[in-house]
Amino acid sequence: MTGHTLEKEHVTPEVRAARRKQRRAEAWAEAAGAGWKVWLVKIVALGVIDAMAVYAILVLISQDSWLVAGIAALFVVAVNYVYLTPGLLPAKYLTPGLIFLFVFQIFVVLYCVYIAFTNYGSGHISTKDDAVNALLIQNQQRVEDSAAYPVSVLEQGGQFSFLVTTPEGDAEIGSADRALEPAPDAEFSGGRAVSLAGYNTLDFQQLVANQAAISALAVPVSEDLNDGTLQTRDGSTAYQFISILEWDAAADTMTNTETGVVYADNGNGSFESADGQSLATGWQVWVGGDNFVRAFTTESIRGPFLGVLVWTFVFAILSVATTFALGLFLAIVFNDPRMKSKKYYRVIMILPYAFPAFLSALVWQGMFNQDFGFINQTILGGAAIPWLQDPFLAKVSILIVNLWLGFPYMFLVTTGAIQSIPEDIQEAGRVDGAGVWKIFRHIKFPLLLVAVAPLLISSFAFNFNNFNLIYMLTGGGPRIADASINVGSSDILISMVYKVAFVGAERDYGLASAFSIIIFLLVAVISYVSFRQTKVLEELN
Amino acid sequence: MKVNKKGALVLSALVAGSMLALAGCAGSDPSTPESSEPAAAGELTVWVDADRARALEDVAKTFEQEKGVKVNLVVKDYGKLRDEFTAQVPTGKGPDISIGGHDWIGAFVKDGVVAPVELGDKAGDFESVAIEAVTYESKTYGLPYAIENVAVLRNTALAPETPATFDEAVAMGRAAGTEYPFIVQQDPQASDPFHLYPFQTSFGNSVFARNADGSYDAAQLTIGDEAGQAFATWLGSQGDTGTKVLNLNLSGDLAKEAFNAGKSPYFVTGPWNVADAQAAGIELSVDPIPSAGGQPAQPFAGVQAFFLSAKSENALIANEFLVNYIATEAVQTALFEAGGRPPALSASFEAAQADPIVAGFAKVGANAVPMPSIPEMGSVWDDWGKTEAAIVKGVADPAAEWVKMADAIKSKLG
Repeated sequence: MTGHTLEKEHVTPEVRAARRKQRRAEAWAEAAGAGWKVWLVKIVALGVIDAMAVYAILVLISQDSWLVAGIAALFVVAVNYVYLTPGLLPAKYLTPGLIFLFVFQIFVVLYCVYIAFTNYGSGHISTKDDAVNALLIQNQQRVEDSAAYPVSVLEQGGQFSFLVTTPEGDAEIGSADRALEPAPDAEFSGGRAVSLAGYNTLDFQQLVANQAAISALAVPVSEDLNDGTLQTRDGSTAYQFISILEWDAAADTMTNTETGVVYADNGNGSFESADGQSLATGWQVWVGGDNFVRAFTTESIRGPFLGVLVWTFVFAILSVATTFALGLFLAIVFNDPRMKSKKYYRVIMILPYAFPAFLSALVWQGMFNQDFGFINQTILGGAAIPWLQDPFLAKVSILIVNLWLGFPYMFLVTTGAIQSIPEDIQEAGRVDGAGVWKIFRHIKFPLLLVAVAPLLISSFAFNFNNFNLIYMLTGGGPRIADASINVGSSDILISMVYKVAFVGAERDYGLASAFSIIIFLLVAVISYVSFRQTKVLEELN
Repeated sequence: MKVNKKGALVLSALVAGSMLALAGCAGSDPSTPESSEPAAAGELTVWVDADRARALEDVAKTFEQEKGVKVNLVVKDYGKLRDEFTAQVPTGKGPDISIGGHDWIGAFVKDGVVAPVELGDKAGDFESVAIEAVTYESKTYGLPYAIENVAVLRNTALAPETPATFDEAVAMGRAAGTEYPFIVQQDPQASDPFHLYPFQTSFGNSVFARNADGSYDAAQLTIGDEAGQAFATWLGSQGDTGTKVLNLNLSGDLAKEAFNAGKSPYFVTGPWNVADAQAAGIELSVDPIPSAGGQPAQPFAGVQAFFLSAKSENALIANEFLVNYIATEAVQTALFEAGGRPPALSASFEAAQADPIVAGFAKVGANAVPMPSIPEMGSVWDDWGKTEAAIVKGVADPAAEWVKMADAIKSKLG
């Protein structure tokens, strides 16, 4: 292959084409040389994937999910291209990972961003059609003291009718456009009218087969519509209902038939009347940047949000600082050649790191119990320190527990870094007359930071979102009294987001998504800036 | 290299394949039946927890035989039912029926995920508290099957009886010489408004005023009235600065442990803690809750029910299944035997009285008031618990603190 480059200037297009053909042939031959078994596996696997993809795409198209079908088609074409084209070796390795990245990361992030711009939350969880439907169902009021009518559903020429037995024992028949009228010819069985000449009586199987139509059937009780309609929920008994709300699809309004109040679509996913009353069930709409505006401008949200933001930074920075300081101290101590039985101590040191963090947090929660906890009872001789109930002490407790949880990691990484610092540099320092402190301060520590700084940044990012610890230890408590959202004084951003989205009766997924985007931006910016800083550090070195 | 490449190929093929398979599954859920097909007789999907699934197996089979409709019992974790129901019903992939607690109804109605169940005359066959509980805006959302409420569990070896008043009970508890005279479980941050509620009602206070049909009127918050303030004062007197009967750090687990270890003659709790106490060898009696304020102590009743999805395509079958199959004595009794909670259907309820423990809870339950299911309760619990915790911990003026709480709740209700 290298020989070709020498005569590059003489190649004609024909020659180039021939060579390209040759190269391609070589690649094919090489691929074939990998063994026919590999080829077989490859073809079979791709065949299976393609078959499933075609099926999935057909199903998606049949459900009108064109976008998803298009994306799936794009993926499968890409997969076929990558694995059928010779070469493209990096792509062959990366494709599965990239697909997973898209499905489990990028898609989730995009969806979260989408939710942040909607009002998705309690009372706004579905489409407008669903909301209208739900409101109409909810506002079918049974007429007070009205009787239950045993009903048989009849069919004639595809039209359904109700054959009901009145409380007096008479038979009456009616359909959607025909109010109830006597049906003296009806045949009775066991005290209820069951059939009428000229009509088919539906059995249960037929009821089930036509249940959508039958559930929707409303038979007027009389010519006066205010008497309500007969409807059946189970196909065997009909009740007299009055609809309180009336839906006008053309005008896009709901009208309360009792009070006459008209509720119109207010553009925010609710029906609202002129005097500002809205119906309970709403739907999901695009609200633009409302959630972000709300996070920063609504006083009862902004106050706790800013407090939580500050505490999140304090928590993350102090966690990294304290664990790093303790880990470094221990690493230095245990690195001293005079230290005996290092191995055993080191094993003990690692233990907190080996336990699942949420388990440790739960155990610590028990130990911090004011009256029954080990710390107050045994260590402090019966003191009544409200470790987890006092806003300040709760924060202190969290830092103590995180120190316990986090120092083994710092101990491990700094031990490694210290051991990799060449002895001769320290020796040189000593020869130049530097003391222990000076050698540490000016030689060891800067060299250490070069290796450890990226880990400190990632540790910061981890603690910034250290949900397990907060949730298991304090649950974010004690709660802040005057906040309109459920938030406590030891909450960090991520635990606050969790509470806004998933705890209590008022869920606000939109606001929670907006918060999580803010968290993402914060962490991203901080990490970016910090990594730039460590680059500077490396260059100095 | 060759081996690696081959491995990578196979692996990536598997990976891509499974991913597409997932996409395929997501696209076509085989469990959603096409109800438009005339020949197919529909299917019913019912979400239940493990205990209920066992109890319902027979009735599901009977229904299939008699009506030709298959009932799929899908076992779910009870704790996740509420969120999953809310999330999945709008997608059209939710169940036709799900079990749940009646206090979810308000939120379900607001989210538009639940449809009313017309019980008709059958409503009269149920215990009135059960029907009151599932009634929301004068419609019944759901078919009740069990009632649960708290009562006093008494360790018969430590106390001969449960006196009628709280002070006498505490005196008797002290006479027993145990570590705690009377246990009401607490939480350091949120106290426990649920377990303290019978004492609150014994002062004549309630959270919201009630309408004639037993439902709560969210517009009339009555928690802060004079009776409520009297309760607050009493609460302060039982806390850290008073008799110390109530201890915020005695959480649910610790309270149960203490009672099961014989450290107290009295324990205010529900049927869910009975089995463990019996296993610990405690001789139990279930007694009415002593009154602290002179009036009857009425605990909250929680009612378990079957809910109907608002988007069920099988509403007709689902109604038939609920009203004509679940609401029968045999099924309600089977559910009682599986769960140990008093049944909601009166006939089964009467039959369950043979068990003295159940009879004890039922006797207290006859006095119980349904826990409010209106969505506004979400705003109430937070402040309520926090304020009770503060009062138990000791504040200068519990009544003033209580009024402050009522004002805060009122402002949140808007």
